[in-house]
Amino acid sequence: MDVAILSRIQFASTIAFHYIFPPMSVGLGLLLVIMEGTYLKTGNELYHRMTRFWVKVFGLVFALGVATGIVMEFQFGTNWAAYSRYVGDIFGAALAAEGIFAFFLESGFLAILLFGWDKVGPKTHFLSTVMVALGAHFSAIWIVVANSWQQTPAGYQLMAHGNGFRAELTSFWEAVLNPSFLDRISHVYMGCWQAGAFLVLSVSAFYLLRNKHQDFAKASIKIALSLAIVASVLQLITGHSSAEGVAENQPAKMAAYEGHFEPSAPAGLYVVGWVDEGAGRTYGIQVPGMLSWFIHGDMNAPVTGLNAFAPEDRPPVNIVFQSYHAMVGIGMLLILISVLSGIYLWRNRLFRTRWLLWVLVFSVLGPQFANQLGWLSAEVGRQPWIVYQLLRTSDALSASVTANEVLTSLILFGLIYLLLFVLFVYLLNEKIQHGPVDGSVQEGKLA
Amino acid sequence: MSLDLNTVWFLLIGVLLSGYAILDGFDLGVGALHLFTKTDRDRRIMINSIGPVWDGNEVWLVTGGGALFAAFPDVYATSFSGFYLAFMLLLFALIFRATAIEFRSKRPSDRWRRTWDVSFSVSSIVSSLLIGVALGNVAQGIPLTADGEYMGSLLGLLRPYPLVVGLTTVALFAMHGAIYVVMKTEGDLQAGVRRWIPRLIALFVVCYMITTGLTLLFIPHMTTALFDYPVLFVVPLLNVLVVANIPREVHHGREFRAFLSSCVAMLLLMALFGIGMYPDMIYSSPIAEHSLTIYNAASSPKTHRIMLIIALIGMPIVVAYTFSVYWIFRGKVKIDEHSY
Repeated sequence: MDVAILSRIQFASTIAFHYIFPPMSVGLGLLLVIMEGTYLKTGNELYHRMTRFWVKVFGLVFALGVATGIVMEFQFGTNWAAYSRYVGDIFGAALAAEGIFAFFLESGFLAILLFGWDKVGPKTHFLSTVMVALGAHFSAIWIVVANSWQQTPAGYQLMAHGNGFRAELTSFWEAVLNPSFLDRISHVYMGCWQAGAFLVLSVSAFYLLRNKHQDFAKASIKIALSLAIVASVLQLITGHSSAEGVAENQPAKMAAYEGHFEPSAPAGLYVVGWVDEGAGRTYGIQVPGMLSWFIHGDMNAPVTGLNAFAPEDRPPVNIVFQSYHAMVGIGMLLILISVLSGIYLWRNRLFRTRWLLWVLVFSVLGPQFANQLGWLSAEVGRQPWIVYQLLRTSDALSASVTANEVLTSLILFGLIYLLLFVLFVYLLNEKIQHGPVDGSVQEGKLA
Repeated sequence: MSLDLNTVWFLLIGVLLSGYAILDGFDLGVGALHLFTKTDRDRRIMINSIGPVWDGNEVWLVTGGGALFAAFPDVYATSFSGFYLAFMLLLFALIFRATAIEFRSKRPSDRWRRTWDVSFSVSSIVSSLLIGVALGNVAQGIPLTADGEYMGSLLGLLRPYPLVVGLTTVALFAMHGAIYVVMKTEGDLQAGVRRWIPRLIALFVVCYMITTGLTLLFIPHMTTALFDYPVLFVVPLLNVLVVANIPREVHHGREFRAFLSSCVAMLLLMALFGIGMYPDMIYSSPIAEHSLTIYNAASSPKTHRIMLIIALIGMPIVVAYTFSVYWIFRGKVKIDEHSY
């Protein structure tokens, strides 16, 4: 395998693994603010216990996010040096802003959140919780700014630099508020809130099914379910709006989402399907004219298809099609699960409806898969470009790095991340089994 | 030296990296000394002495990397791709270190804790060494092509001078960490670590002298600025005084002042490094014309200006809550139910 494919596999797998954790931090961060705020307002000890338990889970999730996040900050330089030189003026600025505005905020106040219970008063502790949650949300802003600029570059001009060209900033605000940013950040936020909300729902439903920590679980479910319903319903709106943006700004990606080949013809929406890329055809169950209607408000309006692009300018189609449709499907399922649970809760039946509680236990996987699949379709759908229509992925590599070097690091990442994942699941399970009761870590016997 | 935007950014990157060296320096040093403590309780205290702050300390490196990417993209690209395997090793070491701190005390098992103790210590030493080796290579110079690429291998980086700088860094961080531990602990652990300090200072001074000698003999471009502007000799002179002050403060039991001295010593060392490098950021040897400087490796003036505004808004706030966190967690470490 060559450097290009190895570097792509390494970036994709390290970012995918990293992205297990930040959404949970963002979503759980918001829930912690609600939980601790409720405790401060009501003085009810139950919410204090709830906050303390979820802070411990937050600490574990955050630690894994940090450990895998450092890699991302440097991987542009290690494997994508040509890209780094090309976009440093803009992309680098967004990463630096993330460090200054978000990471310091998060890590500073995280110390108080985790270790400051007895060192500061309840109000200061709550302030720290708010700051950590804000920091997590800020961090998402800057990283989505950076990525959205790759999708829909704006506020730049191409200038000669060294032996080639690079993108230089002409307008900070145009680059930040590039055409896809607002849609994508709201879509990412909802995905994060879902990740946090369904995590809390899952653990709490598990406690109810095991007849453990009943009061805690019921109160947790009420808070998390409210957020789950809001985020899942809003996710439909932000998703729709993102898709409209893709249709307008990245027509090749939109065509790949729906497996639409004809250069200019009315297009439908597939419920399920399979793309035969060689033949340029898509088979499946389709609602005719729906894509045309979504984009143009007219079921007969033509939509740009993949054949309108030169073969070397088209993304891989089937993988984009499948991941996009799976994401949409899971999104719909999460709306169904959360709204149905809401109705059962409203009728005072949720806590005795065991099948639905079991559904909630497994629902934690929903946002995780949807988040990963969504990014997969967004990033593979941008190919063959690393910066849309400006720089090809194949032109973005590090000239000085060999395939063997990348293979070495890729294998090591694989082994280390596998170990991290096993440890994460093991310790998360221990925390959940231990439950929301205080108790210190046991003393070791090491003499 | 005129104070243009490129120079301002050279200084700001220097501030971020000095912040990293001073802050993560002591917690890497605590890690380096970790295995020299014997009981489980002592080791928990060692880890928890840096518990609330190590994560924030590492953010200085991440932000330093981001700022380098934004202000001098070519330096970011050349150094990280050129030192590929070395940086990957550093990243793996940092991952292991974070994991070890988080996981070590989560289970009572001896084998579990011993494994993470070794991971924590070895990864701390390896991180310190690699950071030093990287700095040593940047100072000694590496062969860059006309495109500003380093086409060499990992072995090409493990040369005597960078290795000596690497060892000096390990010794410096260990000394810095030991002073921090004495400041944060009490009882037998404190008494034990206090006895190590003179030896660690001696180790650092010997390494430092060898580095200085080698620099004077073999790395002339690092000392040109000093001889051109002899007033700058105040920096190494102050450095000697500050290092000499450390054992005096320790002897009188004034750990906080000893720690401050150690912080200032690190700041002065970074200043000396910056004076030697300016205006180069990666020195090219043998063809010095291929060096990456603060001019040919810079991003656009507009980005420099906007990033400066961001830094001027952000950094005072960062400094404010860094101080707040250290203030809130001042005093001796106590193990409680929230500890690592």
